[in-house]
Amino acid sequence: MELLLASVVGGLLTGGVYALVALGLTLIYGVLHIVNFAHGSLLMVAMFGAWFLSARLGLDPLAALPLLTMAMFAIGWVLYSQVIHRVGRGRDEGILLATLGIAVVLDNAALVLFTGDTRTIETAYSFEMIQMGPLLLPMAKLIAFACAMLLAACLWAFMALTDTGRAIRAVAHEPEGARLVGIRPGRIFALAYAIGTACLGAAGCLLLPSFYVSPQVGHVFVLTAFTVVVLGGMGSFPGAVVGGLLVGITENVGGLYLGESLGPICVPLVFIAILLLRPTGLFGARR
Amino acid sequence: MNRLLLAAIVLVALLPFASGSSFLLNLATLTALSAVLGQAWNIAGGFGGLTSFGHAAFFGLGAYAAAILQTKLGWNPWIGLPAAALLGAAAGGVIGFCVFRAGLRGSYFALVTLAFAEGFRILATSLDFTGGGSGLFVKLQPGLAHFQFTDRRVSYAITLTLLAIATFAAWRLTKGRFGAQLMAVRENEDAARALGVRVVRTKALALALSGGLTALAGVLYVQTSLYLDPNIAFSPERSVEMLLVAMVGGAGTVAGPILGAIVLHLIADTTRTYIETPGFAPMLYGVVLLVIVAVLPGGLARIRRRARA
Repeated sequence: MELLLASVVGGLLTGGVYALVALGLTLIYGVLHIVNFAHGSLLMVAMFGAWFLSARLGLDPLAALPLLTMAMFAIGWVLYSQVIHRVGRGRDEGILLATLGIAVVLDNAALVLFTGDTRTIETAYSFEMIQMGPLLLPMAKLIAFACAMLLAACLWAFMALTDTGRAIRAVAHEPEGARLVGIRPGRIFALAYAIGTACLGAAGCLLLPSFYVSPQVGHVFVLTAFTVVVLGGMGSFPGAVVGGLLVGITENVGGLYLGESLGPICVPLVFIAILLLRPTGLFGARR
Repeated sequence: MNRLLLAAIVLVALLPFASGSSFLLNLATLTALSAVLGQAWNIAGGFGGLTSFGHAAFFGLGAYAAAILQTKLGWNPWIGLPAAALLGAAAGGVIGFCVFRAGLRGSYFALVTLAFAEGFRILATSLDFTGGGSGLFVKLQPGLAHFQFTDRRVSYAITLTLLAIATFAAWRLTKGRFGAQLMAVRENEDAARALGVRVVRTKALALALSGGLTALAGVLYVQTSLYLDPNIAFSPERSVEMLLVAMVGGAGTVAGPILGAIVLHLIADTTRTYIETPGFAPMLYGVVLLVIVAVLPGGLARIRRRARA
């Protein structure tokens, strides 16, 4: 029982970071109505960025977080306006293939630059544990969870309270109407994609102290991120948060009962089941 | 003009037989296998518009079926061949039926196929009878009776035969009733339904046909390499390569995947002679995909047609 509780809480903590990853994905979907297949690979890029800053320049991932978030924002902006927008030319299939092409390029560029080895970092708090009731929780995961939830709240406040956030929501609902009141949808699309990618910069810094990074890590995360988003409902903010926590828990509890090698099957299974049985997810609008 | 091109392709395909160089034969066999996989993908993804990101699922199922039947049950690979094709087709049909009945298309279909391939990969890694992560070795028993060939010319000839079968299937789609229905569904599902096309059935059948052919290519792979593990069978890279071959050459055209396989293998092998860093050639694949989608969404096979128009 205690083992199960520990597993649930551990999953919940990782799930917080998944929620941040999924928020980026769901924002991109909600505004641009595109499936960003490059999301996992972009997270891999952010994780390598955090690894590089920490292992080579000795910068703690938490200190690198603002820097990397801004860098990923810029990468997202350039990728959307220079590649996805031009390659996809507004066709659904074209955009899907453009994001797939970006994923292939990024994954293999990482392989060229960093080889296929898995890398980890050690921080001052890597091995620190905190006693909470009967549970012993790793410090790194607690910090990651708290930061992820804080950033999610900031993103929500930005979307709900600022003019720019309102403009993004306007474009998501009605691009033509937004244009009529003086919003430039093209810029909002690039902005939404950039914010979605910036979430990955933060998530990369939060994941790395308790996770490894390798060029294949994008494959692992892309399916997890999409599972979170379809579970919560495509385009839904609360859905992404609740979905992230649920997927984190499912993954951990699955690993506990099914073993280390069969455990990960929970993610694709949940993904397929949701799409076949309830494609709107928990919080999604009915189609 | 078309006949001239066909004659040229056949001539180039036959060249490795005459030269007898094992390097050339090896290259030609790999290219032909890519072309088979691309053509199989093309039947669902090109003619049916069913952009799959997880066709490795069918490749791996076929390959594992052949390998397990031989190593665990001692069956002759000649029985494994049709068994694998049936398994691949059944998987395609069942997955297709469930997924299309639930109304998934476009990006959602792409993601769900990826999830199936990933699910199979995890299963193959964890189960005992698939050999787990360390994989399966097929015993070396050269000879026609065991469908293993030491003479590279014979394996090349068999791969070419499978390519001919897959290409014939694709060509039939451009002529027959089923192909017309499939393309109608691709262009406009609602209109096709209004005209009496059974949409779910048509798409599921296309995926079954595609899955069966892909599984056959998987058997061919096992019989030539005599080794199989979950990553060889079900990796996302394999799914992406199949899609690339078809997209670059021209999805929805009969000659496209053959053209795509030749071009991509030429790119990979020329870069490999200059830059050996792992990952460099596949990175170029990604760039090629982006360029093709941006500049020539119909693929290379449509250049000529476009010039004429």
